[in-house]
Amino acid sequence: MAEIIVVTSGKGGVGKTTTSAAIGSGLAIRGHRTVIIDFDVGLRNLDLIMGCERRVVYDFVNVLNKEANLNQALIKDKRNDNLFILPASQTRDKDALTQEGVQAILSELAETFDYIICDSPAGIEKGAQMALYYADQAIVVTNPEVSSVRDSDRILGILQSKSLRAETAAEPVKEHLLLTRYNPQRVEEGEMLSIADVEDILAIPLLGVIPESEAVLKASNQGEPVIFDESADAGQAYSDAVARLLGESVALRFVEAGKKGFLKRLLGAN
Amino acid sequence: MSIFDYFRSKKNSSASLAKERLQVIVAHERGIRQQPEYLPKMQQEIIEVIKKYISIDNDQVKVTLDNSDHCSILELNVTLPDKG
Repeated sequence: MAEIIVVTSGKGGVGKTTTSAAIGSGLAIRGHRTVIIDFDVGLRNLDLIMGCERRVVYDFVNVLNKEANLNQALIKDKRNDNLFILPASQTRDKDALTQEGVQAILSELAETFDYIICDSPAGIEKGAQMALYYADQAIVVTNPEVSSVRDSDRILGILQSKSLRAETAAEPVKEHLLLTRYNPQRVEEGEMLSIADVEDILAIPLLGVIPESEAVLKASNQGEPVIFDESADAGQAYSDAVARLLGESVALRFVEAGKKGFLKRLLGAN
Repeated sequence: MSIFDYFRSKKNSSASLAKERLQVIVAHERGIRQQPEYLPKMQQEIIEVIKKYISIDNDQVKVTLDNSDHCSILELNVTLPDKG
C-alpha cells in the first residue's frame, strides 16, 4: 500500500515544488518506487524543476478525463528508474479536478508505487484542498518569516478538518514541519525567527531544516532536483530530511552560523 | 553581530517581535477556527430576538464560546443603550 504525502504550505514561493522534487527524488534514490504529482493545474512547474518539461505529452487532467491512460502520462525520470512524474495540465484550471477523479488516479498509482508525493498549489482553495484530501502524511514547508508561519498554521487547520482522515475520524494526517531558506547567521543576529521559535508556534514535529543556499537556484536552472547535488548544503539537508521521513534519527546540520574571526566579529563584517 | 550591537538586548530584536506578533495572531485565528459552525448564525438570531424588545446595534452584542478542559462556556454580552 502506497503512502500518500502532500507537500503544502498555504503561502506561495516558500519551496513546495523544490521540496517535492527533492524529497521524491530522495525516496527514489533509496530504492522506493515514487511518483510525484503536480497538483498546480494551470501553473505547472514541477516538470521544469525535474528537467522533463520537453517530455510532457499527456497530463493529470487528460488521465482524469480518460483522454489518456496513466502509463501514457507518467514520465520516467532519466536519473533514477524508481522515479516518475505526473505533470499538471497547463491549459486547464483547478475546476478540472474532481474528488472521484483524483481518488481513481491515486488508487491506480497506489497499486504499483510505494510513495505518492502530491505537490500542492499555493493557497487554501480547491487545488490545495484536492492535493491534501487523501494524504496520509503532510510536509508543511515554512520559511522563518511571519506570513509563511501564519499561512502554515492555516493549512494545518485545513489538514485537521478537511482531509479525508479528518472527515472520517481516522488516524490524523501525520504532520511534518520543513523549515526552508533558513539563515543561521541572521538567526544569530536576532533578525530571523529561529527553529525553536517556529516549532513553538506551529507545534508540529520537525522533519528538517534546509539552509538558504545558492545551490537551490542553480539546481532549478539546470532542471536537476537539488538533492542530486551531493556537495551542496541544501542537497545534504534534504537527504537528512528523507532519512528522517523513513524513520531514521539524524542530527540537524547547517543550523549554526559559521564561526567568524575575532576581527570580523568586532567590526560586524559578514 | 558587531561590537556596536553587543549590548543591544536580544529581546528587542526584530525576530522576537515577529514571534510575539505571530503568537498573538495564530492563537486568535485558532480560536475562530475552533468555533462551531453554528455560532455566527446563532449570534445573528440572538441579536434579532433582542432587537424585538430593545433598540441596539449589531456590534453591541458579543457572543463568545470559550473552551476549557472540561466544559464550554457560552458568554453573551449585551451593551444596553443609555436611558434617555
